[in-house]
Amino acid sequence: MGSLRKLIRFLQPYWKLILLSPLLMLVEVAMDLVQPRLMQRIVDVGIARLHMAVVVRTGLLMVGLALVGFLGGAGNTVFAVEVSQGFGADLRRELFRKVQSLSFGNLDDLGTGQLVTRLTNDVTQVQESVLIMLRILVRAPLMLTGSIFMAVITSPKLSFLLLILGPLVVMVLAWAFKRANPLFTGVQSRLDRLNTVMQENLAGIRLIRAFVRKDHEIHRFGEVNDNLMDQTIRAVRTLAVVMPFMMLALNLGIVGVIWFGGLQVMKGTLKAGQIMAFVNYILHMLFSLIMVSMLLIRVSRAEASAGRIMEILNKEPEVTDRPDAVDIFSPRGKVVFEHVCFNYNGNSQGLRDINFTVEPGQTVAIIGATGSGKSSLVHLLPRFYDATEGRVMIDGVDVRDIKQESLRKHISITLQEAILFSGTIRENICYGRPEATEEEIIEAARAAQAHEFITEFPAGYDTVLGERGINLSGGQKQRLALARAIITKPSILILDDSTSAVDIETEANIHDALIKFIKGCTCFIITQRLGTVLRADKILVLDNGTVTNEGTHQELLILSPIYREIYESQLGNGANFV
Amino acid sequence: MTWNKSSHQGNFGFPIGPGAHGMIGRGQKAKDTRAAMRRVGVYLKRQQIRLMAVVFLLGATTGFALLGPFLMGRAIDEYFIIGNLKGLARISLLMLLVSVITALTTWLQTSVMAGVAQRVVRDIRNDLFAKVHTLPLRFIDRHPHGELMSRLSNDVENISVILNESVTQLIAGVLALIGVTVTMLCLNLRLAIVSLFTIPLMVFLTRWISTHTLEGFRDQQQRLGVLNSFIEETVTGERVVKAYGREQDMLEDFERLNRNLQAAAGKAQIYALILGPLTNLVNNLGFAAVAGAGGWMAVKGLATIGTIASFLSYSQQFGRPLNQVAHLYNAVQSALAGAERVFEITDEKSEPADAPDAPLLQKVRGEVIFNKVWFGYRKDTPVIQGFTMQAKPGQTLALVGPTGAGKTTIVNLLMRFYDIDSGKITIDGQDIRNLQKASLRRQLGIVLQDTFLISDSVMENIRYGKLNANDQEVIAAAELANADQFIRRLPKGYHTILSERGGNLSQGQRQLLAIARAILADPGILILDEATSSVDTRTEIHIQQALLRLMQGRTCFVIAHRLSTIRNADQILVINGGRIIEQGNHQNLLALRGFYCRLYMSQFKGHRDFSLPVIDNGNYS
Repeated sequence: MGSLRKLIRFLQPYWKLILLSPLLMLVEVAMDLVQPRLMQRIVDVGIARLHMAVVVRTGLLMVGLALVGFLGGAGNTVFAVEVSQGFGADLRRELFRKVQSLSFGNLDDLGTGQLVTRLTNDVTQVQESVLIMLRILVRAPLMLTGSIFMAVITSPKLSFLLLILGPLVVMVLAWAFKRANPLFTGVQSRLDRLNTVMQENLAGIRLIRAFVRKDHEIHRFGEVNDNLMDQTIRAVRTLAVVMPFMMLALNLGIVGVIWFGGLQVMKGTLKAGQIMAFVNYILHMLFSLIMVSMLLIRVSRAEASAGRIMEILNKEPEVTDRPDAVDIFSPRGKVVFEHVCFNYNGNSQGLRDINFTVEPGQTVAIIGATGSGKSSLVHLLPRFYDATEGRVMIDGVDVRDIKQESLRKHISITLQEAILFSGTIRENICYGRPEATEEEIIEAARAAQAHEFITEFPAGYDTVLGERGINLSGGQKQRLALARAIITKPSILILDDSTSAVDIETEANIHDALIKFIKGCTCFIITQRLGTVLRADKILVLDNGTVTNEGTHQELLILSPIYREIYESQLGNGANFV
Repeated sequence: MTWNKSSHQGNFGFPIGPGAHGMIGRGQKAKDTRAAMRRVGVYLKRQQIRLMAVVFLLGATTGFALLGPFLMGRAIDEYFIIGNLKGLARISLLMLLVSVITALTTWLQTSVMAGVAQRVVRDIRNDLFAKVHTLPLRFIDRHPHGELMSRLSNDVENISVILNESVTQLIAGVLALIGVTVTMLCLNLRLAIVSLFTIPLMVFLTRWISTHTLEGFRDQQQRLGVLNSFIEETVTGERVVKAYGREQDMLEDFERLNRNLQAAAGKAQIYALILGPLTNLVNNLGFAAVAGAGGWMAVKGLATIGTIASFLSYSQQFGRPLNQVAHLYNAVQSALAGAERVFEITDEKSEPADAPDAPLLQKVRGEVIFNKVWFGYRKDTPVIQGFTMQAKPGQTLALVGPTGAGKTTIVNLLMRFYDIDSGKITIDGQDIRNLQKASLRRQLGIVLQDTFLISDSVMENIRYGKLNANDQEVIAAAELANADQFIRRLPKGYHTILSERGGNLSQGQRQLLAIARAILADPGILILDEATSSVDTRTEIHIQQALLRLMQGRTCFVIAHRLSTIRNADQILVINGGRIIEQGNHQNLLALRGFYCRLYMSQFKGHRDFSLPVIDNGNYS
């Protein structure tokens, strides 16, 4: 329960309710426990002595106490729900806040799919287990110890039976769970395997049909499916021992009570009512044990969730603002890389000793093979990552001395994958500048060559995107992302392969329009297309994490063998034509 | 039982896989409960014998369980008070026997039921999986894979949990209820009536509360759905949020939705959970009634102490199944809603089957003709409009045109992933619609842009092209595809296991594997979708070489991006708006000075030094 315990601090704001709710549960349990005792009085005093008044009075008392118990239980429920819901919401907010504060490197490590599961499923799991703990895990142990206590009080002579049964039950429970745990882990891994096969089949459906591999796949799936079935049956059957065994143990207890109790009744040292009450307490014990054992499984699942949540909460953002970080105001856009090295757990491509200077307003094209470090290089500018050595400077200021917020206000970047949010096209374009005017929006869309297709939609700029709206093609998404990037009128613009899905003609138009739209802005363009490279003021050739050459097209043709190779391979051999 | 009513998501108890995953934010109630039940019933019927055993065992368990308290009552009345030691011994032994038998039947019943449930689920999964493979691509393309996956895994999983736990509990609950009622009525009519009043009370309370909870849960689910999509979207787009510095705004939006949910969920849960203390109250009232009324009757000589003792045990043991039935209701409902989503897929129309007398397509020469082909993904918007062309055996055809012009669609039609609306496509003179689909596809090889790899060894991935190929053949194909070299450098060579979707290989390496696969399959006609994404120069050269080998002697359709491919093609089809607008070889098309020429030059537009020679020479080598 280590990880769950670490989440306890989220319960602190609710400590009053948390203290109160077990107390209320105690009321309910006490009222439940007192019932058999009262029944005993009816039997041993009322019936045995034919004392009608005792019967009636005690009966009414039982009803009254049952009502009191209900009030306790209801109060406990209300408080437990309040606490667990508040706890869940607080935890979710904390997680979300954390995610917002993490840097790109953290996100790479965690993976977005993982993050979503943690914020949704895992929080729900933990929240439910808090609820369970405040209700059932309070109730069951109280009930268990309470009924043992009451049983002993009712008949100390019969209590030796509990001493035999108790350890036996605990041992069998422990055995079953110990055996079942690895079995269920096995179930999980087989289920993962099954899901993988399914996922593959959906993703590769065209290929499977093209190669006519349906029967092969069905056979493959059948095997995995059978595997899962066998393992699940094995696991469930192991746990299937628990319930009957507990019933057996308790029933044996009852038989013991009847036999030994019967002997004593005959001797006159015990009364029938006592036996009845004792049997009732045994039943209470049985039900409490069943509850505890089942809920422990539930909580242990939550433990895994809590672990995953803690993993996020414990993450330290890799990029943080220095205490003395400054704001920058409308920078001119001079960019200098000085002996920059970057290393990232082998995840992204590293960089080695990068040196170059870009004057304000220049356009720089960066080319190089996949994995040569192009994206890593530009990501250092808005501090998505920080350089491990050397420094990146804007207008002579080290970017690490600038507040991230301020820095990113002046640098716009389009990422390789054009991600849009659900909402209208307008909202998406204004994402970085919510106060933009209608004219500015249209102007940006025009420059990104998006205005035309936007106005073709019936709702124009108010067209809703996303799940409930329309789906855009890859090229359309990229153009919207581009409009979103330039509407902020940044001092530095970075285009990371951001027109790859746009056809050549449109791409050329985009670049023509961009030149006018972002006049004076320093521009970094990562691209595969030679046509775009040729427009740049300066070209950086990246290979294996270093800048091997920089210069103009003409210079590089002479100076850089790599550039020449790329150039020739594209023209003579494999130019990306369309 | 006072736990688990929280759970609209269902199951408590033993974790059969990730029961709760993905069940958030979805409809909880089946639209047609009965229909869904009937459908699951069909699967259950296949397990008839086992199921009969389960019901029999359940009956036996219930019967024996009922016997216990009855015997206890007799023990008190007939032996305690009279002091019959022999009788007490006899009845104690009998009770001992009953206990052991009850435990045994319970264990057997659970074990057998586990088999039933898992077999049912396996069958549903197999059927569903097979179904997916007969669905038209139109269906699969239109549905996000995530959603299909959640039906294939979570919803089915949910059925399994319910079958494992709830169904038997439900049956046991009902059986126990009937048994207890009958036994009580037989034992003492008047006391039975007093004691059974709890049943209508319970039913009434459950009903009354569930109208409230249903509404509350609907509200909760809706808000949960909104919050979850917000999370999903924001986290997926987190890098954009950061790039534009919108973290604070996102946090505020989130907090609003978060607190919304908290309020709604709190209300719903309180309504639902109050059922716990309430059933406890009803139980206690029942207990008090039996004790009080029984005591009163005993004083009057209308009941014995033993009877009261039996009744008390009954009301305690079997009041619980009653509550269970009430609580399980929600879980079962939610599982049925899942089942309904599962069967929605089963009910989808399959691809039309081949005609029974459809001929096989034998080894082809490779003449392909499109004759006035019309097609649209939606009936009202044709994508391909009167498309006509002819490919002679062994020719290479380059399909060129802007994104969305319909190049991929032409491939889809040739493979019969989609069927044309009108016109005709023939291979060696045979209309492809009349052929057996499988035989047609066997003659068509395909190398797609996004190489699909299965999570298996490199060897098996290549063998996918021809399942009965031996290892030598696979390696030979890999050598021809220029893949052998890099494969041998992998940690375990051909036996390296590729991670899901080939994540541990580069784009270019994955392409080489796809080419090897196609070489092994040895199709008569080849369809090639050249990759747009960049590959480093050396790999690029390898790919080029391998492709040339693969294309040799086959009719090839290439969705072309590389200049070299286009220039070397026998025919270039320039496609725009679903039609061929220009056709010919590179030289002819440039001379036309039309769309192709413009497309070609726009690549180099804006750079004088460079664009001039292009126009002058019209050709480089």
